[in-house]
Amino acid sequence: MLEVRDIHTFYGNIQALRGLSLRIEAGEIVTLIGANGAGKTTTLMSISGVTPPKQGSITFLGQEVSRLSTERIVSLGITQVPEGRMIFPRLTVKENLLMGGYLRRDKAGVRADEERVYELFPVLRERRAQMGGTLSGGEQQMLAIGRALLARPKLLLLDEPSLGLAPLVVENIFEIIQQINADGVTVLLVEQNAQMALQIAHRGYVLETGRLTLEGPAKDLLNDPKVRSAYLGLD
Amino acid sequence: MFEQQLVNGFTLGLIYALIAVGYTMVYGVIELINFAHGEIYMLGAFLTLSCISMGLPLPLAVLLAMLATAAIGVLLDVVAYRPLREAPRLAALITAIGMSIFLQNLAMIIWGSRPLPFPRQALPAFFAEPALRFSEVTVTWMQIVIYVTALALMVGLNLVITKTRTGTAMRALAQNRTAAALMGINVNRVISFTFALGSGMGAVAGVMVSMYYNTMYPTMGYLAGVKAFAAAVLGGIGSVPGAMLGGVALGIAETLGAGYISSPYRDGVAYAVMILVIIFRPSGFLGRSMVEKA
Ligand SMILES: Nc1ncnc2c1ncn2[C@@H]1O[C@H](COP(=O)(O)OP(=O)(O)OP(=O)(O)O)[C@@H](O)[C@H]1O
Ligand SMILES: [Mg+2]
Repeated sequence: MLEVRDIHTFYGNIQALRGLSLRIEAGEIVTLIGANGAGKTTTLMSISGVTPPKQGSITFLGQEVSRLSTERIVSLGITQVPEGRMIFPRLTVKENLLMGGYLRRDKAGVRADEERVYELFPVLRERRAQMGGTLSGGEQQMLAIGRALLARPKLLLLDEPSLGLAPLVVENIFEIIQQINADGVTVLLVEQNAQMALQIAHRGYVLETGRLTLEGPAKDLLNDPKVRSAYLGLD
Repeated sequence: MFEQQLVNGFTLGLIYALIAVGYTMVYGVIELINFAHGEIYMLGAFLTLSCISMGLPLPLAVLLAMLATAAIGVLLDVVAYRPLREAPRLAALITAIGMSIFLQNLAMIIWGSRPLPFPRQALPAFFAEPALRFSEVTVTWMQIVIYVTALALMVGLNLVITKTRTGTAMRALAQNRTAAALMGINVNRVISFTFALGSGMGAVAGVMVSMYYNTMYPTMGYLAGVKAFAAAVLGGIGSVPGAMLGGVALGIAETLGAGYISSPYRDGVAYAVMILVIIFRPSGFLGRSMVEKA
């Protein structure tokens, strides 16, 4: 579904990605793990066209997307839940959700998907007239995911959805990610919480300073001695 | 006399408010103080004049001038500010001052540098007549027209910003540009829309002032711009209802200041207000505190 081939992404003179390649098949949950500053966020932002790669190619459903604008990429079916949630603090919960469906013209479909988000996250229904900025961290994460679902993505990019959340909330969020995937949405999950991410993912990639160092089925990575010591804090 | 000053101040204040919303909306989306906005206001007056001299009736002339200035506002952004979007803020600010000077001089080339009267023949005769009279206070028809137009425009603007898809995208963009882009919002198109909206409002303000004082001149945008900017700061820069409130408050303060202190102090009031706001309440009436914004 998505094929990233040898991308190099820069911030001014600083090179954040040094020839990264990865592949995601339709229906998968793929996780990308790595330490702080490894380039995980940059990878997602490169796919979304916010920091387009200087070199390399990204194809989505057979189409080259690495030179397209972010809104074109969103309209093709790639939506991101960014690191730190980035909800709109002074828009209501409902307005936040509607912004997720900004490019859609099917009003009835948007209504139905809004309902679906309230079913996944009942707390958002209660808070729908409240300003996004007044929600708790966990609720904001739910809102950020719900907002992305309103775009009806084919591929959902999630950047550290567990960041700063209590373990129970994280579990809830991860269950919902699995549910979203079961509904037919392909997922690329960036996480520092490697344990949890590898438990729900089908395959995983390990990123170190802009390069991939390991890849394989999630189960194999969970048992990999290098991963266990560096990312799981075990052994 | 006091009541009459209030009526006159309110009239002036609504006009400032119409200009101030343009400053505040643009600041909201790209954090730029668009110093050329006063010139957009001036062009509104002159373009209306040109349309009238081509034989168009007043309402149509104003409408055309609004559309033309909206287009000029968008062009200003595309040509002068968009290339500097990622540059240090000072670069765009200096460019804005440059564009202001450029537009003033362009107007001098086209319409001459001397003040021109508003074409009276385009106005209905009853405009100058009193519409309401309570003992000492008179409100002219022209003032009524200014009230109705300004209030209608501001109500309309608020509806656009709070109820429409593009208006909501505008607010979203002002709050987080990256997130807005990730939602599929075409950031540049929404910024253009913001410039168009603010410029159209400013143009109407220009027409109303030139009609009210029966004069227009290429440098008229300078002082009006400074005052409207002060109104936007007073209301809390970035807040549209704040700009409306700030405009009215400044118009009344200025008229009372001129009436009760001395009329040469009229223009000083705006500066005094701005300095006081910056010292005592930098976030203005309705602005968010800087701490919260960080
Ligand atoms: N806007 C920026 N300007 C300059 N350098 C940046 C910028 N954003 C990221 N970088 C650099 O790029 C590299 C990769 O950053 P990135 O944010 O992609 O890491 P990450 O894996 O997401 O880290 P974290 O787990 O902390 O979120 C880092 O060295 C970082 O310092
Ligand atoms: Mg990151």
